[in-house]
Amino acid sequence: MKAFAQLMELLALTPSRNRKLDALTRYFAETPDPDRGLALAILTGALSFRNVKPALLRDLVEREVDPVLFRLSYDFVGDLGETIALIWPHKSDSGDLPSLGALVERLSLTSKADLPGVIGALLSRASITERWALVKIATGALRIGLSARLAKTALAQMSGVELSAIEEVWHGVSPPYLPLFDWLSGRAGRPEIDPTARFHPLMLAQPIDEAKDFPKLDPADFAAEWKWDGIRVQIIASGGRVSLFSRTGDDIAAAFPDVTETIVGDGVLDGELLVGAEFTPGAFNDLQQRLNRKTPLNRHLLELPAFVRVYDVLFDGAEDVRALPWSARRARLERWFTRHPQRRLDLSPTLDFMSFEDLDAIRRRGADEQGHEGVMLKRRDAPYVPGRPAGLWYKWKRDPAMVDAVLMYAQRGHGKRSSYYSDFTFGVWREGEIVPIGKAYFGFTDAELKALDRFVRNHTIKSFGPVREVDKTLVLEVAFDSAQRSGRHKSGIALRFPRINRIRWDKPAAEAARIEDMDVFLAAP
Amino acid sequence: MSESFLGRDLAVLPIDAYIDPPVPRARAIITHGHSDHARAGHGAVLATPDTIAIMKTRYGEACAGQFQALDFGVPLQVGAVTITFFPAGHILGSAQVLLEYRGERVVVTGDYKRLPDATAAAFEIVPCDLLVTEATFGLPVFQHPDPLDEIGRLIRSVAADSTRCHVIGSYALGKAQRIISLLRRAGYDAPIYLHGAMVRLCALYEERGIGLGDLRLAAEAGPEALQGGIVIAPPSALKDRWSRRLPDPVLAVASGWMSVKQRARQAGVELPLVISDHADWGELTATIADTGASRVWVTHGREDALVHYCRTQGIEAEPLALLAYDEAGDEGGEAAA
Repeated sequence: MKAFAQLMELLALTPSRNRKLDALTRYFAETPDPDRGLALAILTGALSFRNVKPALLRDLVEREVDPVLFRLSYDFVGDLGETIALIWPHKSDSGDLPSLGALVERLSLTSKADLPGVIGALLSRASITERWALVKIATGALRIGLSARLAKTALAQMSGVELSAIEEVWHGVSPPYLPLFDWLSGRAGRPEIDPTARFHPLMLAQPIDEAKDFPKLDPADFAAEWKWDGIRVQIIASGGRVSLFSRTGDDIAAAFPDVTETIVGDGVLDGELLVGAEFTPGAFNDLQQRLNRKTPLNRHLLELPAFVRVYDVLFDGAEDVRALPWSARRARLERWFTRHPQRRLDLSPTLDFMSFEDLDAIRRRGADEQGHEGVMLKRRDAPYVPGRPAGLWYKWKRDPAMVDAVLMYAQRGHGKRSSYYSDFTFGVWREGEIVPIGKAYFGFTDAELKALDRFVRNHTIKSFGPVREVDKTLVLEVAFDSAQRSGRHKSGIALRFPRINRIRWDKPAAEAARIEDMDVFLAAP
Repeated sequence: MSESFLGRDLAVLPIDAYIDPPVPRARAIITHGHSDHARAGHGAVLATPDTIAIMKTRYGEACAGQFQALDFGVPLQVGAVTITFFPAGHILGSAQVLLEYRGERVVVTGDYKRLPDATAAAFEIVPCDLLVTEATFGLPVFQHPDPLDEIGRLIRSVAADSTRCHVIGSYALGKAQRIISLLRRAGYDAPIYLHGAMVRLCALYEERGIGLGDLRLAAEAGPEALQGGIVIAPPSALKDRWSRRLPDPVLAVASGWMSVKQRARQAGVELPLVISDHADWGELTATIADTGASRVWVTHGREDALVHYCRTQGIEAEPLALLAYDEAGDEGGEAAA
């Protein structure tokens, strides 16, 4: 338990992803079963204690601490778990905390009535950092900024097994993951798992380099589709059960029952999760609202119905078709849809084109008139290959929109960038004042970052904590994918994927864009 | 609330003197050298010899009209008031002020701590009727651990990675010297690298008999020397370009606030060291009991909780709003660390 508390503290406080990864790898390599498997479950949110609720801990601590003092402390600390850990007034010297395995057993098996006594005794035996870890483990609210993916990446780094292979079995194994660790340490073969729990790593596209790639490619070898602006999902339907995985292998089925409960037929499908009525996709922000929740609001199910636009099939029924060429898979997929009429799935149409010039025109028109993000190019003879194989799938995004905006505020970055002003808020003119339209923290080179940092330090007119307001004199050419109306921003505009394309040292701020200039980007739905 | 010869602005009414006044006064009694307590421009200053030395180092020889040094434990009669200093254990020279007038005993703690510290004379309990206590860490969530355990964490972290440099954000007066002294006590005898702002006050501590070992300027050391080493710098320098010279630094901050991990995380602190020069909740409440005070005035921090605590103990208590103290800058100024 001591080692795990230290690991949690390190994960919470180390900004560097690589150091977190090394610490996790070391922990998984050095810790015996079942503790490491339980740690993995805690870190990935796969373990929870039904009977341990924040209210129980709060009652427990309020029996020991004056309620007024507790409230004042909670107001100051701001986090219930951390307040409890810090304020716990007892310290006994009855030795170390039990191992993670014994601790998990005790928290799972103790009756609700006895839990306060058991947790109280554990808290009294712990150091402050251990109390902090203990409360986080017990309530399941870790908030230490760790993704499940990083934990899985550490397993890959520890064992030499590919991350994609681990992700494939992940949803079929459960704490304390003994068969998984047996496999990773070479003591046993790959765990046998239920087919609907098996996530199949996705095939990804590479961005096209128009100048270099097109001369070598024959348009007849390729099929094209719109690039949909949702999130990539994998649907696994088998015997009436349906899983819905995100591209990183997280199961998000619970958030989209409107999709999963209406699917008929068996198979593994690849597509884009979108939100909108009658198969008409709405803004990405609509999808974002659904993604923000683990289970949907009733209101959302009515107003923001979800559907999946399917573009590939990995398993037709139980048959693995990944080795077939795209054209054969596409034919299979079309037949699958004919056999299994769907209410929340539809087929991503292919685009007809004769030449890449043709497709370019379609791409531009799609962007201007329908707000399409771009087109996908898929080799007709390509099998379904996990990862990002070269030369098989390309994404051809629409040209980024550009705006000349004025730098308004800058904030220091994190980690390696903590001494640099690297987060930039920029705006455009509206009736003689500049209103913010977005924030960007990449797109520039290291040399440009240094120059921007120098500009910020030399042109600060006001500081608010970590934020500096600067003279409105520097023009930044900002590239972005799309713009949407947004009530949350003063300017009424929100940019998608903004990045700093160029610093326009030469351009006077008076010649930067006006808010009316943004209208052209807002025309698309 | 019954009155005292001490005003709520810490004016010693019978002799027209003020304790730690935030504006220039004709007569000032200064508890210690931190800038939110000791300011330049007073007429006459009464303080311990160490505090006077610190004030002169920071503000110049002529920072007050005249100085009068008073050693710990030596009563000084001024008019009808007797003034005695007792060690507060906060930093070098820090004093509690005992004021006696017509049979009433009043103690102003100034900033204090009760944990041992080789750089400051050890805190003493001074029985009194009215206690004016600080409350920087006046919430029961503050339970400061043993500072040597915290220094042990620092030393282990330094030993674990010889390619990185550990930089400790710390105030130039008091905290920096205490960290150095703790490191030396824990057996760390390698050179310790300083930001320029630390140098004068470290030299003063040495002059006053507190050995700090091999100290060097970080600005004059090459990156190879700093790798695997410890650098001490004011918190402001860590956010500044100055810190770019440091090789892959681990940001450590030594402060009582560092017990709140969520705060450490938000501040980008990789190694929080819970080392404080202020009393924690246990020390604050124990001191109130130990002095036997029947009345308590609470100032400098989280007054509400400590006032509430006193009242539950049957002790008359009220908060003092010494507004001017809050103007000292980030998080209540340097002494709040």
